[in-house]
Order: sequence, then structure tokens, then C-alpha cells
Amino acid sequence: MELRVFLQTHALGDLIPWPVQAGAAERYDLTIGEAEETILQLGLLPARYQRNRQTITVGMQLRLFRSRVVVIGSGGLGGYIIEELARLGVGHLVVVDPDIFEEHNLNRQILSSPAHLGAPKVAVAAARVREINPAVTITPIQDAFSATNGRKMLEGADAVVDGLDSITTRLELVELCREMAIPVVHGAIGGWYGQVATQLPGEDISPYIFGRWAEPKGVETRLGNPSFTPAVVASLQVAETCKVLLGEGESLRQRMLFVNLLDMEFEEVRIEPPLAAVGE
Amino acid sequence: MEITVKLFAMFRVGRFAAVTKRYEPGATPANITSELNIPEKEVGIVLVNSRHAKLDHRLLDGDTLSLFPLVGGG
Repeated sequence: MELRVFLQTHALGDLIPWPVQAGAAERYDLTIGEAEETILQLGLLPARYQRNRQTITVGMQLRLFRSRVVVIGSGGLGGYIIEELARLGVGHLVVVDPDIFEEHNLNRQILSSPAHLGAPKVAVAAARVREINPAVTITPIQDAFSATNGRKMLEGADAVVDGLDSITTRLELVELCREMAIPVVHGAIGGWYGQVATQLPGEDISPYIFGRWAEPKGVETRLGNPSFTPAVVASLQVAETCKVLLGEGESLRQRMLFVNLLDMEFEEVRIEPPLAAVGE
Repeated sequence: MEITVKLFAMFRVGRFAAVTKRYEPGATPANITSELNIPEKEVGIVLVNSRHAKLDHRLLDGDTLSLFPLVGGG
């Protein structure tokens, strides 16, 4: 029996249950990801995504599956970003972080646990993704992003997500994304507060997201980071990333969202349009 | 001249969210942060009437100044 016929025969309506997807991969000597692409190409949906429906069509699910997203940082923000992108069904993830898990990460970093203390963050992220969504290909890179080595990390990316913990490095990241014309979703947190902005090709958010920046770190050094702030900001970043990949909705372009969870206020800060766009 | 000062995030703690008060002509955001005991190195975005500005910007009567802290954690 041919693969397509096998899948169509075993579909429940237009859904392919997990045992059928896994069985097809084994029977036809495919990866789970290859089986997933064939399923989506047939207009069928792996049953794990059935609650994505109405929000994300089968065609959009295929587009997500064929997307490559690079997540820079696998800590407070990065952990949630990776978890959500994998469950969303983004087919290729690249995760970059030089660090190992330490005890002070346990209050908020979703991928950390006492059992993983001392383990590289990207290795734990890769194991987690393979566990929750084996259709996703994940490339862990245990290294620090920098302007000099970053180009190779970002190559081929459809979107980049900022989970860094340094203002200086963030500015290098958005600059490199601008040079390479790759959309980047910026996020940063400190205490009860955070911010999110999206830079699309042709735009430059770097003069605006940190204003009159002069310091490598912000208020997080004094305020720390509780468990909920990274979850909120990372989720906003993933929603932005999803829209960038699908070309849906209105993204945070030319405006930055400043989040205040203590007073529960969401303030929009204007980001000036690129000079070329003035007068358009 | 009258300036409306809006503070964001923890700049509000022990101060205020928004207040309108009189300042000397020629006052700058730097004068106001200093008067409020806000360390300059914690200041990130400075807006005057919702447009990005520098700390030495000369404020005009009726301006609204917004101050946001630098947030850089992940």
C-alpha cells in the first residue's frame, strides 16, 4: 500500500491520530516530520493540532511546519518560547544558549528542574521538544550569540526570537537581523515589567527599544524575575512570531508594547518609522 | 511652565503615576529625573508628547514627559 493511501485509509475524517502517524513513519521508513509533511500536503491534519483549528487552517499548519525559527537564549523567555513554538508545530527550531541550568533559574525557567542542574540548557530544550512534538527538528547550539558568530546561526531563518539577557547583545541581534532582512521579535523582562516589539525587514527598532541606552543590563538586576513575567512576555512573542510566519493579523510594528503586571497596564510606545517610509 | 510627568514601571513606586506641575522655563527631562531622584542609568525610553527625546531636550509649556526604565532581562 502506498503511503498516501495508507494515510487516507486510516484517517478519521480529516484527522490522522498519533498512532497512525507514528505507524506510517515506521512502516515507510520516514521521520515523524516527513510523515507530518505528507499528511499536511494531503490536506489532512495530525490529530494533535485539532484544537489549533479555526485559528490555524491545514494550509497554515503546513506553512508553520516548513518554517525555521531561531530562538536566541533558552532561559526564562526562551524556555516558554521553545515550548510554545514546538506545540504550535513550527517544523524547524534552532536554539542558542551557552549556559547550564543553575539553582537560581528554578523559580521561573520552564525547562529547569533539580534533575537538570548542571545540564546545558540547549540539550534540555532539545530533549523536551523531542518528547512533546517529535515532528519538530531541533538544532541545539551551546554557544553565545555574538555579532561575529551570529550570521551562521541565523542563516535560513524565517523568524528570530529574542530570549537574551543583555541589552548590548540584543542590539547586536536586531542589527544583524536588519542586515540579513529576517523578522525578529524582541522581548525583555525585569520584575513585574516587560516589553515586546517586532522588527520586519526594512525597519530598525534599535534606536527606540532602549531609548537613551547606556547600560548593558536593566532594572532586572535589582528587581529579579518572578515566574509569570517571562511566561506573559514569551507568549506575546510567540503570538507575534506565529503572525509573522503566516502573514496574519497586525503585528507590533512601529509600536512597542510595554507591560506592567503590577498595575496591570499595557502601554504602547511609538517606534518611529524608517526614514524612507516618512511621507508615504 | 506646566509639564505633565508620567512615570512607568517601578519609577512609580513611592512617587506617582502622573502629575502636572510647574517647572522653570527651559527645564529638561534630566532636571526632572534628578529632582525625582531617578538614577539616570536606570532611564531607558524618554518620550515628550509620545515622541522619543533625549534627556537634554528643552521642554515647552504644556508638554507631557514619559519616563520608562531600562528592562533587559530574559
